Amino acid sequence: MKTSPEPPSGETGADPAPVLPSPQDPPYTLRSRRDGDRNLSGDLLEISMGPHHPSTHGVFQMDVTLDGETVVQLKPVFGYLHRNHEKIAENTSYLASMPYTDRLDYFNSMTSNWAYAISVETLAGIEVTERAEYIRVIVSELTRLLNHTCLIGFLVMDMGALGTPLMYAFREREKILDLFESLSGSRMMCNYLRFGGCRCDLPPQWLDQAREVISDFEAFLDSFEKLLTENEILMARTQHVGVLEADLAINAGITGPMLRACGVNYDLRKVDRYGIYDRFDFKVPLGATGDVYDRYMVRILEMRESLKILEKALRDIPEGPIVHPKAKLRGFRPKPGEAYGRIEGPKGELGFYLISDGKPQPYRYRVRPPSLINLTILEDMCLGHSVADVVVILGSVDIVLGEVDR
Amino acid sequence: MIDTESIANELKTALPGCGIEFVANPSPSAQSSLLIQGTDLVAVAQWLKDHSEYRFDYLSNVTGVDHLEKTIKEKVKKTQVVDGEEQEVEETVEQTIPGYLEVVYHLYSMPLRHGPLILRARTGNRSNDVALPSLTPIWRSAEFQEREIFDLYGVTFDGHPDLRRLLMWDEFEDHPMRKDYVEPDDYEYEPTPHGPVLERANAHQTPPSTDAPSETQSD
Amino acid sequence: MDEGLRGELSKHGVFTTTLEGLHNWGRRNSVWPLQFGLACCAIEMIATSMARYDLARFGAEVFRPSPRQADLMIVAGTVTKKMAPQVVRLYNQMPEPKYVIAMGACAISGGPFKQGYNVLKGIDRYLPVDVHIPGCPPRPEALIHAFMTLQRRIDAQSLTGPNRARHLRSDVDSEFPVPQFGAHDLHPPSNPKTWTPPQSVRSQ
Repeated sequence: MKTSPEPPSGETGADPAPVLPSPQDPPYTLRSRRDGDRNLSGDLLEISMGPHHPSTHGVFQMDVTLDGETVVQLKPVFGYLHRNHEKIAENTSYLASMPYTDRLDYFNSMTSNWAYAISVETLAGIEVTERAEYIRVIVSELTRLLNHTCLIGFLVMDMGALGTPLMYAFREREKILDLFESLSGSRMMCNYLRFGGCRCDLPPQWLDQAREVISDFEAFLDSFEKLLTENEILMARTQHVGVLEADLAINAGITGPMLRACGVNYDLRKVDRYGIYDRFDFKVPLGATGDVYDRYMVRILEMRESLKILEKALRDIPEGPIVHPKAKLRGFRPKPGEAYGRIEGPKGELGFYLISDGKPQPYRYRVRPPSLINLTILEDMCLGHSVADVVVILGSVDIVLGEVDR
Repeated sequence: MIDTESIANELKTALPGCGIEFVANPSPSAQSSLLIQGTDLVAVAQWLKDHSEYRFDYLSNVTGVDHLEKTIKEKVKKTQVVDGEEQEVEETVEQTIPGYLEVVYHLYSMPLRHGPLILRARTGNRSNDVALPSLTPIWRSAEFQEREIFDLYGVTFDGHPDLRRLLMWDEFEDHPMRKDYVEPDDYEYEPTPHGPVLERANAHQTPPSTDAPSETQSD
Repeated sequence: MDEGLRGELSKHGVFTTTLEGLHNWGRRNSVWPLQFGLACCAIEMIATSMARYDLARFGAEVFRPSPRQADLMIVAGTVTKKMAPQVVRLYNQMPEPKYVIAMGACAISGGPFKQGYNVLKGIDRYLPVDVHIPGCPPRPEALIHAFMTLQRRIDAQSLTGPNRARHLRSDVDSEFPVPQFGAHDLHPPSNPKTWTPPQSVRSQ
């Protein structure tokens, strides 16, 4: 133990209390180039980014306090798309909430469907048929491809690449949406899964079309990476920007590619092995530094793993019924009780918590939104960076406002 | 799957005096939970986070639930002496359970990959005794979720660093996710109204009476 | 000028038009929308401007981030009560002539989220809407159809006379009062100048 100075009067012998930073101390470290001439800096500038701002990916607001161009405080403001999904779901039947889950995360309606279906199946003890399990894996991995490409397109757009990568991403998205449309009748809001299975069987030739899309996707991913991965501007704008420590990420409940970019091996497809994910052999890509570039890279690699899963699933899918015969669609009333079901959505852990009191409507219906909880550490990641980096960091979190505000 | 009941027993021996109660779940999910007394919540959470065998370092989901006051009618059989003869008489007993707000926490462990352990804590009532300790100092992931529960349910979390409304605007005066929340009456035209919708339609087409406060009336 | 003479002149390589026709031709082929997405429909709006649907064919691919440079507001998605004041404010900041497309069921009436306590039941309550597109979300083709409808409407606007276009008349508002946040609802809940509650068919 080091020799401490004379204890202040009133204290005897005991170790001095650890020195806590006083509230006046700024909770940030300034890394701006203007540090040398700090005495020249005047007042802090407070700006409000959003709710109408081209880079906030919807109606999201950040109250940013700047010292010059350096962020010293950032407070997110939510609620501009709070459309009362939970309240509406508590007044309607279990099945009627399924189309609302499409509109939660409007890029990934299929995974939202699955998360809700898995929760209701846990609550009521419904089993799922073999063919339906395969279809679920196929559509949710297609959704993951769709989400990650579009996200990277938007992320690069936030850095100033206004058209090209996003155009490519949306071109691929249209191909996947064509598959979804022929499957469910709708491009975006698929409303396809049902408790115990899926709504309808695959149309003829669908599997062949899907195989074609996937083989094209591999080539697209190569060209996309050639365009971006070693691009100087992308590297300069993303490497060592928005670094997130693994401990903080776990403590703040970060999930999905964000968490894995920090090097934490936690993928619910491996942890929970829900559905039939234990039959597929795939790797979980992990990052090393936890910066924006790692998040980009983890998503690219995750898409490659998804392609592997898809190839096997499209090969192995068996014939059979698509809805379990014991699953009840009309007059569905689960026994009183509660259940929490979760899946690995493209954005992180998407969970649904349901409390049933034996009525046709859930007593409590709660969405665990990965987008909202991943924003918890937005301020920690942005402090000390310039305001232009805030846009990039926010883009790398991958939020969809329908899910943030519900 | 972890054994919630054994954790409850361990907690009772490790933290004597804490109010811990095992709540079974009769549904097929069998996700049982622990009801923790509000004042002991922080101690229990810290113990669960630090315990080397459990290491619940990941708080996934925080949910607010509103329970209204309800009366349960139960038929109880009693033996009574009627006219000097013992008879079995059925009697209805009314029991009133006061309303409360409940917060449910879903805990997982990332290194040990187990969970969920479900904790619940209840407030005293729904009006003036609505405080619970905040778990944000232990798990940052509770920060926005507790703000949301404060906004939509009105539970105040002591020790939360920044307890403001999350989703509704600051001037809003109610907690809209509560079961007894009355929504503003902004009637929207329905092409063929009938039943209660027709009544509302008629109410909206009669000009508002002069003595009614103008603010609560909508066009 | 009568049609016969005009046709005869065009055969000789002389193109004639009216000032009004030329003016409207220019305006309808360069409608710049505000880059302004609210919810799900915004993704379809972006998809419309991308390669497959190519909104640039209609001269409307220049999405402007600032309302000062925009002619058209596409209300793409659910307008919540918290967002409604900002939508009205953005509309007020747009220069005349300006147009509004209400895209999707939510912008028209609240759509599937109509019962929500925080959902505005249609942007009509505060703003004058030129074209409504139903759908949840409307397909990109539907948005293109709305554009063409709007182009036809612009083409039919006259510069002079009693039926001249809205932005040329001094008796029509071009800015609308921004609603205030109240204790439970927006105040006022609708703008009586642009919206009156429809009469119920069976209520008499």
